[in-house]
Amino acid sequence: MAELHLNGVQKIYPNGFHAIHGIDLDVTDGEFIVLVGPSGCGKSTLLRMVAGLETISDGAVDIGGRVVNQLEPADRDIAMVFQNYALYPHMKVYDNMAYGLRNRGMAKDEIDRRVREAAGILELEPLLDRRPNQLSGGQRQRVAMGRAIVREPSVFLFDEPLSNLDAKLRVQMRVEIKRLQRRLGITSLYVTHDQVEAMTMADRLVVMNGGRAEQIGTPIELYDNPATTFVATFIGSPSMNLLEGTVAEGGVSVALDSGASIDLPDPRPELAGRPVTLGVRPEHLTPTADGSGMTLRLDLVEQLGADTLLHGHLDGDERRLVTVRLNGHFAPGQESVRVAATSAVHLFDRESGGRI
Amino acid sequence: MVENRPYLTVISHLIVILGIVITVMPIWITFVASTHPIEHIMDGTIPMWPGDRFFENYATVLGSGVADAGGIPVGDMLLNSLIMALSIAIGKIAISLIAAFAIVYFDFPFRMTCFWMIFITLMLPVEVRILPTFAVVANLGMLNTYVGLSLPLIASATATFLFRQFFLTVPEELAEAARIDGAGPLKFFKDILLPLSRTNIAALFVILFIYGWNQYLWPLLVTTDESFYTVVMGIQRMTQAAESLPLWHLVMATTMLAMIPPVIVVVVMQKLFVKGLVETEK
Repeated sequence: MAELHLNGVQKIYPNGFHAIHGIDLDVTDGEFIVLVGPSGCGKSTLLRMVAGLETISDGAVDIGGRVVNQLEPADRDIAMVFQNYALYPHMKVYDNMAYGLRNRGMAKDEIDRRVREAAGILELEPLLDRRPNQLSGGQRQRVAMGRAIVREPSVFLFDEPLSNLDAKLRVQMRVEIKRLQRRLGITSLYVTHDQVEAMTMADRLVVMNGGRAEQIGTPIELYDNPATTFVATFIGSPSMNLLEGTVAEGGVSVALDSGASIDLPDPRPELAGRPVTLGVRPEHLTPTADGSGMTLRLDLVEQLGADTLLHGHLDGDERRLVTVRLNGHFAPGQESVRVAATSAVHLFDRESGGRI
Repeated sequence: MVENRPYLTVISHLIVILGIVITVMPIWITFVASTHPIEHIMDGTIPMWPGDRFFENYATVLGSGVADAGGIPVGDMLLNSLIMALSIAIGKIAISLIAAFAIVYFDFPFRMTCFWMIFITLMLPVEVRILPTFAVVANLGMLNTYVGLSLPLIASATATFLFRQFFLTVPEELAEAARIDGAGPLKFFKDILLPLSRTNIAALFVILFIYGWNQYLWPLLVTTDESFYTVVMGIQRMTQAAESLPLWHLVMATTMLAMIPPVIVVVVMQKLFVKGLVETEK
């Protein structure tokens, strides 16, 4: 049980590549933090720096009130779950879990107690005498979790632990990990590129892009108030539609480049005449019955059962693909549909992509 | 193949049997010759069935040895060969494991230079460097010692290279997991890397044991004392007996005996050997 603080953490590789540009993050005791971002954004590097597998170029990592920059991974009081599980192939499940404890010189009966307890929590008891190559993917994943649990660490580190599992198992393990983390109350740092995983598991999310934290907040904060166009398009699926336009006189609406106009829920007179990027999520565009709104010429209709996704272009704008998400079914055979935005629209600066 | 063609079955069996005959025939003749008195062999026809002198012939070579070839009992030569072959095989494996471990897992200056220096010596067989090596061994006073017999053949580029390639296939996360589990480099080597290399070690042991057992030129150079003669040298000396015809029946008996240890090694290790060659257990 501990707090985790990152203060201005930077990573510069010997070849000069600046992988992490100063990250500040304060994690409270027992909190589940998810680092999410596209490949190469530095999320895994940051996690490995906390683990002690990468050196820290600048800044400080503080676990439980102790700066751990110079400590070996084994001395940092952390446990890590790897993407490919990294189980020792020649050891039985029991020994895989016990190995780290034995290296610490722990008493045999204490090791046995902890391993059996973890095996009980994870339903691994019948598998303790097996070797990793006799286990299925989900079971290996659980053994990797068990190896982390027996250490009773201050911080759990997860490096994309579910990405080697099939879709069904991934959903199941996602729930299991989250439930386990709640139950044990251990501060956790979880890396994923999957935004659904990120949204469902996180107490707070860190959206990373190009070695910087674009935004830190709860899933709902990020969904409702994305700070940048990057966060806006990264969080939520299908991703937010971005449309170029100019704020009209008086700030009551945005005149889109396509010719249509979208009303703003709160007038923004100070922005009048400014070119902006307007963001609206697919679920916040709805078809209108009375013929008002914009015309969406349909390219593709995806029927998902519960929802329907309409992909198309707005009349007058051939460039931007626009997606609309409907609840329920959609009568096939229509070539276009009139849609209007609900009140949930977002304005971003056209140059910087920042929220305005 | 799941084809059912009787002729094909017959033909493939014939080919297999022919192959076996070609391989086994020389060994059979060797064995048969070792059980006959010398007169039967020298009269111009090669006997095809074992004679009645099995015990006498083998007792001679094991007991008193062949007088013309120095009279060293074969047992002593076998022991010399065994010591040499084991030292070479075990020494090579130990050194190359450690060298490969250093090259793969540690980041030290001139790491790649070291690797390339090792790699380049791959191209130099013992025979090429035999004179300078002999000079060094002679100057160190290691002629007629077991150390002199085995040490110069131990440094092995091939085995180092093989272990390096194997270590590179071990996932990096395993080393990281071990670090988090508090295993230092030597502990990681002992607890994780060695057990994983087990099949590779076995395969290499078989190859290197036979390599060491079959060494001829090097023992010939560094040993002048008959008590250090190896069995391969001994056989050669028997066939070159001065002023008389070679005692082929005894040569053959010695050859049969010289074949036994490598056969034992192969038979005992074959399961691991095959596993090490075909399978990567990860």
